[in-house]
Amino acid sequence: MRFLIVVKATPASEAGVMPPEPVLAEMAAYNERLTRAGVLLDAAGLRPSAKGWRIRCAGRQRTVIDGPFADTQHLIAGYTLIQAQSRAEALEWSRRFPNPAFDGGNGEIEVRQLVELEAFGLDAAVGRWRELWIER
Amino acid sequence: MLSSETHRAVEAIWRIESAKIIAALARRVRDIGLAEELAQEALVAALERWPDQGIPDNPGAWLVAVAKRRAIDFIRHKVLRQRKEPELAREIEAQLQDAAPPQTDAALDEPVDDDLLRLIFIACHPVLSTEARVALTLRLLGGLTTEEIARAFLVPEPTIAQRIVRAKRTLAEAHVPFEVPRGSELAGRLASVLEVIYLIFNEGYAATAGDRWLRPELCDEASRLGRILAELAPAEPEAHGLVALMEFQASRSRARVGPGGEPILLLDQNRARWDHVLIRRGFAALARVDALGRVYGPYALQAAIAGCHARASVAAETDWERIAALYDALAQVVPSPVVELNRAVALAMAFGPAAGLEAVDALNSEPLLKNYHLLPSVRGDFLVKLERFDEARAEFERAATLTRNRRERELLSERARRCVGGSGSTTQKGFPIHVDG
Repeated sequence: MRFLIVVKATPASEAGVMPPEPVLAEMAAYNERLTRAGVLLDAAGLRPSAKGWRIRCAGRQRTVIDGPFADTQHLIAGYTLIQAQSRAEALEWSRRFPNPAFDGGNGEIEVRQLVELEAFGLDAAVGRWRELWIER
Repeated sequence: MLSSETHRAVEAIWRIESAKIIAALARRVRDIGLAEELAQEALVAALERWPDQGIPDNPGAWLVAVAKRRAIDFIRHKVLRQRKEPELAREIEAQLQDAAPPQTDAALDEPVDDDLLRLIFIACHPVLSTEARVALTLRLLGGLTTEEIARAFLVPEPTIAQRIVRAKRTLAEAHVPFEVPRGSELAGRLASVLEVIYLIFNEGYAATAGDRWLRPELCDEASRLGRILAELAPAEPEAHGLVALMEFQASRSRARVGPGGEPILLLDQNRARWDHVLIRRGFAALARVDALGRVYGPYALQAAIAGCHARASVAAETDWERIAALYDALAQVVPSPVVELNRAVALAMAFGPAAGLEAVDALNSEPLLKNYHLLPSVRGDFLVKLERFDEARAEFERAATLTRNRRERELLSERARRCVGGSGSTTQKGFPIHVDG
């Protein structure tokens, strides 16, 4: 099973400020623990939304909307992808995630499980559904 | 927190921490079986107390502290009862008390690295049977329960329980020291560790019996163990080689089973469904092998072959000449008819089916391949390409009778049927490449 740990943006991360040394050090230590436990698959920090854009779809029409975006609490600042044996194990790892707030104040991370049907047996119905879902 | 929730949390913490706890205790009490029992007792204590008191901030350190206290009690008891080895007991007790309960997780991690490596080497000790090594490794390093191991290997739980008990007894009777092997001993012992991890991976990846073609939980577990080993022994190129090999192979697991559960061979797979996170990890692990600047060992060679496939965005772009050369090298390091068979496939792809057939015919008298379904299956492939359909059909039929996997048998029978009337080509696809399939 795989889980995506999403770090929510903060005003500081949106301002493009580099995380201060203690936060960087804690993150590095956490990633090293994940690596040593063999559960880390991928991790990255993201540039502020000012450097990104959104594509709004309306039927076949596409509109590009350049960042920055105001709704900071809905933006993300980074992610960590882990492999765990159970939801509880992923929960335990995420509980140990360092506080991403630059000032040590309020930070938030969100954890989501990846859709991986092949992990749930391979009966024909699921397989066909998966085929349709992937190929579409 | 609900107690069932706490229960699940305790299990998860156990999975994360148990190997480190057992390893740290094993160095001190010098007995793996006892170390595991003490760690289990700490786990029981956690299950009793945490639902009421809440989970401590540093659950790993809590478990270690409790286990150490139990160890001291145990040793005192033993000394009182037997009045034996009082000096050893004093020494062990002193060691246990010296180590003040660690205050941070980092403090638990660091000194334990060597212990963990020792634990891996002991669990994979050559004095144990392969089956025992596998079970003990999953139990001590993977933190899996006996029941989970039994379910993964499709054997009754008491069988696994017995296997583990016997393994611990064998280790104790053989007075296996709690040490990382050094010097000339290291290579052989490391090979045994790598073998156990890859065996677990393959048990999940190429399910040899039964209806299921994949048991992803075993693959995941093996990948995880491999990554742990590579971090503990970063100077060992084959540890990274094995990690690379497993990452590449696992990257294809989504693409190698069809909607009806039937296997899809490497060259027929939809490469868009390969897992590119794992492919990238595979190349990163191979880069670590290269950085060490030593000659490729068998795992690194197989990983390099898998990497050739991973690099080709469509099957037709595969660098078969390089693959054939890598198989040449592999055949030198680990001479094996299975490697030769794969080399024949690579030769056919690089230089045409006649070249492949010539190589494979040299293997016809190989006793080890007498009942190996891939020999007639590969031969059948070459014959189809050479439009010798009657001979090809006979080969596929023979292969179908030899395989133990039902899905594979169906696939082979289908290929045999398609040969009837001389229209049996499956176009350019369909070599069953097994070593790196």
